[in-house]
Amino acid sequence: MGAGHAHPLYLPGTSPLHRARPQCKIAASLLFVLAVVATPREAFWAFGLYAVALAGVATVGRVPLTLLARRLVIELPFLLFAVFLPFVGQGERVEVLGVPMAVGGLWGAWNIVAKGTLGVAASAIVAATTPVAELLRGLERLRLPKLLVTIAGFMVRYADVIADEVRRMRIARISRGHDPRWIWQARAVAASAGTLFIRSYERGERVYLAMVSRGYAGAMPVLEDLGATRAQWLAALCLPAMAALVAATAWGVRP
Amino acid sequence: MTPALEVEGVAFAYPDGHQALFGVSFAIQRGERVALLGPNGAGKTTLVLQCNGVLLPGAGRVTVTGLPVATEHLKEIRRRVGIVFQDPDDQLFMPTVAEDVAFGPANLGLRGAELETRVKAALAAVGMEEHAGRPPHHLSFGQRRRVAVATVLAMEPDILILDEPSSNLDPASRRELAEIVTGLEVTILMVTHDLPYALQLCPRALVMNRGAITADGPTAELLADAELLAANRLELPFGFDPAALRAR
Repeated sequence: MGAGHAHPLYLPGTSPLHRARPQCKIAASLLFVLAVVATPREAFWAFGLYAVALAGVATVGRVPLTLLARRLVIELPFLLFAVFLPFVGQGERVEVLGVPMAVGGLWGAWNIVAKGTLGVAASAIVAATTPVAELLRGLERLRLPKLLVTIAGFMVRYADVIADEVRRMRIARISRGHDPRWIWQARAVAASAGTLFIRSYERGERVYLAMVSRGYAGAMPVLEDLGATRAQWLAALCLPAMAALVAATAWGVRP
Repeated sequence: MTPALEVEGVAFAYPDGHQALFGVSFAIQRGERVALLGPNGAGKTTLVLQCNGVLLPGAGRVTVTGLPVATEHLKEIRRRVGIVFQDPDDQLFMPTVAEDVAFGPANLGLRGAELETRVKAALAAVGMEEHAGRPPHHLSFGQRRRVAVATVLAMEPDILILDEPSSNLDPASRRELAEIVTGLEVTILMVTHDLPYALQLCPRALVMNRGAITADGPTAELLADAELLAANRLELPFGFDPAALRAR
């Protein structure tokens, strides 16, 4: 139970990207996404440049592009929504392979696919090169409210514990012949969920008790100062700066 | 000499009216290792929580190396009394082992090199130095329990309280933990119903039942007293010969 597996998204390594400060990486990816979103959708060349830049960053971080591509699968449900746009859109229509499609819808779909993919790819690179614990510290350095960071930390810490509990409860259920196939058999599952909630709540109380016993008085201690130097910030901001430049140019050359 | 822990006439009832402790008294001298034995529901955990002021007695008093447990010096009391809880998952909540071990001393105001030394020493004491950077949930159960002990050792407590330290451990982890505990130079109160473990680690034992101390003496003698054990719902494991205990 619990031993072994590393965090699923993290690829251990020592590349410059792995060694970069987490707050720099988070800020850089956020600014990059903002620049991408601000780019006019007609500027195909700009999106091409962004993709090349991200591929470059992934290479620096030793994140294989095939792996990155597989992780993009997470955006599929959102893309599904985009796929409908050309069919349900109003206004001017064009024929694509004999199917009439709304021009506005096509542009909308392209807009979502391109910007969404770039955004997900940027976050996937950050996640692959930053352990979760560092991500949390990075968020704290970026002045995200401490309480939120603490809650996120607890969530990460206890997700596995609770998932284990869910698995044990499920095994115990099916070991007693429970074989849920129909919705009206969901009662046992619902009862398990209730029990799980109570157990987690009680665990929360026990964790708090253990914290209080070690001198917790309402604030998490700040353990180490992970400040980033100016050079580290400059290096990290190269990518969003380039993206901002591309976005500005795209607006400038717009017909 | 001031005892490490002194409990005098402590009575306690939970807010729902359930009376858990009825006038408990005992003292533990510095450097002693004492087992607190008793069946489930005897009030052992309630008593433990009195020792660091998480619960405050309705009557009687608790003093830790001379300092009474009271709201005005809870911080110092919690430094002096280190409790290792039964489920290490309750105790280890920080993203990495090192951060978790640092949590207690950092709450005491330690920072920088001093804090680092404490963390290193505590992890070394339980043989977990090389796991400092790992997340707690990637460790085995036995390793997590050892880290839980380290989290408390890092606060350099006057008395270490272990709540069911052997529960859920496989025999090898159990032995490893015993070796660690015997190697520590700190006063220990070990709450358990694992009688052989108490015998192995603690020369003295207290027996508790229904919220009161019913016996206090050398562990080997208490465990050889079949009537006493039966009266307190305690049982030696199958094949364990109480006559052999006297010879020890």
